[in-house]
Amino acid sequence: MTTVSSAEHTRRDFLYIATGAVGAVGAAAALVPLIAQMNPDASTIAAGAPIDVDLAPIADGQIIKVFWRSKPIFISHRTKKEIDEAKNVALASLPDPEPDSERVKAGHDQWLVVIGICTHLGCIPLAHQGEFDGWFCPCHGSQYDTAGRIRKGPAPKNLPLPPYKFVSDTKIQIG
Amino acid sequence: MSGNSTYQPQSKVLQWFEKRLPIGGLIHSSFVAYPTPRNLNYWWTFGGILSMMLGIQIVTGIVLAMHYTPHVDLAFKSVEAIMRDVNYGWLLRYLHANGAAMFFLAVYIHMFRGIYYGSYKEPREVLWILGVIIYLLMMATGFMGYVLVWGQMSFWAATVITNLFSAIPGVGDTIVTWLWGGYAVGNPTLNRFYSLHYLLPFVIAGVVILHVWALHVAGQNNPTGIEPKSERDTVPFTPYATVKDGFFMACFLILYCWFVFYVPNFLGHPDNYIPANPAVTPAEIVPEWYYLPFYAILRSIPDKLLGVVALFGSILILAFLPWLDTSHVKSGRYRPLFKQFFWLWVIVCIGLGWLGSKPPEGIYVIMSRLFTLYYFAFFIVILPLLGIFEKTKPLPNSISESVLGAKA
Ligand code: HEM
Ligand code: FES
Repeated sequence: MTTVSSAEHTRRDFLYIATGAVGAVGAAAALVPLIAQMNPDASTIAAGAPIDVDLAPIADGQIIKVFWRSKPIFISHRTKKEIDEAKNVALASLPDPEPDSERVKAGHDQWLVVIGICTHLGCIPLAHQGEFDGWFCPCHGSQYDTAGRIRKGPAPKNLPLPPYKFVSDTKIQIG
Repeated sequence: MSGNSTYQPQSKVLQWFEKRLPIGGLIHSSFVAYPTPRNLNYWWTFGGILSMMLGIQIVTGIVLAMHYTPHVDLAFKSVEAIMRDVNYGWLLRYLHANGAAMFFLAVYIHMFRGIYYGSYKEPREVLWILGVIIYLLMMATGFMGYVLVWGQMSFWAATVITNLFSAIPGVGDTIVTWLWGGYAVGNPTLNRFYSLHYLLPFVIAGVVILHVWALHVAGQNNPTGIEPKSERDTVPFTPYATVKDGFFMACFLILYCWFVFYVPNFLGHPDNYIPANPAVTPAEIVPEWYYLPFYAILRSIPDKLLGVVALFGSILILAFLPWLDTSHVKSGRYRPLFKQFFWLWVIVCIGLGWLGSKPPEGIYVIMSRLFTLYYFAFFIVILPLLGIFEKTKPLPNSISESVLGAKA
């Protein structure tokens, strides 16, 4: 076989570049559905609709767990002592400083609503355990206080707050 | 898979076939006539054992897949049905579950062997890196297989391991949601893990072919670490290596069967016989034994991102070994100092495994930190420096001289 080489630009050069360009765009476009199919599908997103939780049955000092978007949500009815503990800590000593007032809704100091997923690697911490009266994570020993703030252990952040609002004094809507 | 083929089939039919597809010659030159160093010891039989284990995992896996259902409501039940109802289901599952453990046992011995005898050094760097890739794929495959059972340990292992990616700054959470296909580990996660658990062993098989190809280009290393120089230094693969490999495979299979028939749940965690419960994390979660050293490294570091970096770093650093070890002498046999640091490192690796199974508190944390430090120091400080300062022992002139003595 012989190949004719010419210094000039030929029509084959044009075809070569054009084909390559179309191919590259096509391959990139094909990646979009291949990657996007792994994200939450329509039914999963739809199942993430807001939920209402009635707070009336939750006794003083009790912590309940509800599920929203398949995540556990802790709702803690804090006692006077727990609220005081949360308020009286020196902010500077916290790994992720946040005052208690930013952890609860104004006027509803007794209600702490947090996502119950350890910010380290995702285990569910156990309530009323650990040195800070809050939560203790059995996986790698992170400890949270009565405002759900990280106090000790490998977790970097406070337990996150879900979006929620009070629809009445004894009812919240999460989501 | 090189080597000059002397393959001459007798039968006319095979000759006809060989002309059209010379596969007989390829097999002959790779596994019959292939010259192997005459001084290989039993540590060299684990490559064959690993190939055998991959075959066993694929065969038992394909038949398990005929009875398994990848759905959050049915997965655990279908595994129980395999154990109780399917003919020989208990055997197939125990073979597969313990087979994974034996596979890892073999790969660890194979890797320690490689490090002791300097098998990663020139001209075997690519061969070594392909091995590290196989090991990474094995870890991913074993992890996803463990999740399929959908017991408590499966579920929480899936949660903790996928959450490792949440440590990536900025995009971490987006990546984790993408991995899950939801807002937590759930049905989409189980389904895709099943798909990948089925796929990855075949990817491993592909990389194994490249690994063996690279091996047959560079030739095998041997306990002296010096390359064969003449025909007197080698023997043909068959019968010498075939029989040696076969003998040790049989020994290995006996150990494997002992686990399967006498203590099939010894290596597993009892909590995995509790169905997955997304609302309750078990009081202690530990991975399968073959991941424990890395788990200990993760936990020894009190910072999330750095812990994850150390975890992945401790595996990836292996790929750089050919350049971290600066010594010109390959085999640990002729490196008196290296030998001591090496065995200490082996003890540290096993110690980290033990620490990974302990609760992360008190003395265990302190020990994990010290061991982690040595683990990394071995690669980053000791190996580069040893090559410069170590006084090595004299090497024999050839493999045959080391076996037969100088007068031979
Ligand atoms: C590299 C090879 C493989 C490794 C290391 C591996 C590892 C594992 C592990 C550790 C488990 C959990 C066992 C238990 O605790 O019950 C498992 C389960 C499973 N694997 Fe594999 N596997 C491999 C290949 C395959 C292949 C090729 C298939 C299918 C084609 C497969 C199908 C399954 C199925 C259906 C299960 C769930 C049933 C069970 O728990 O026994 N595996 N695998
Ligand atoms: S997941 Fe809670 S401490 Fe690691």
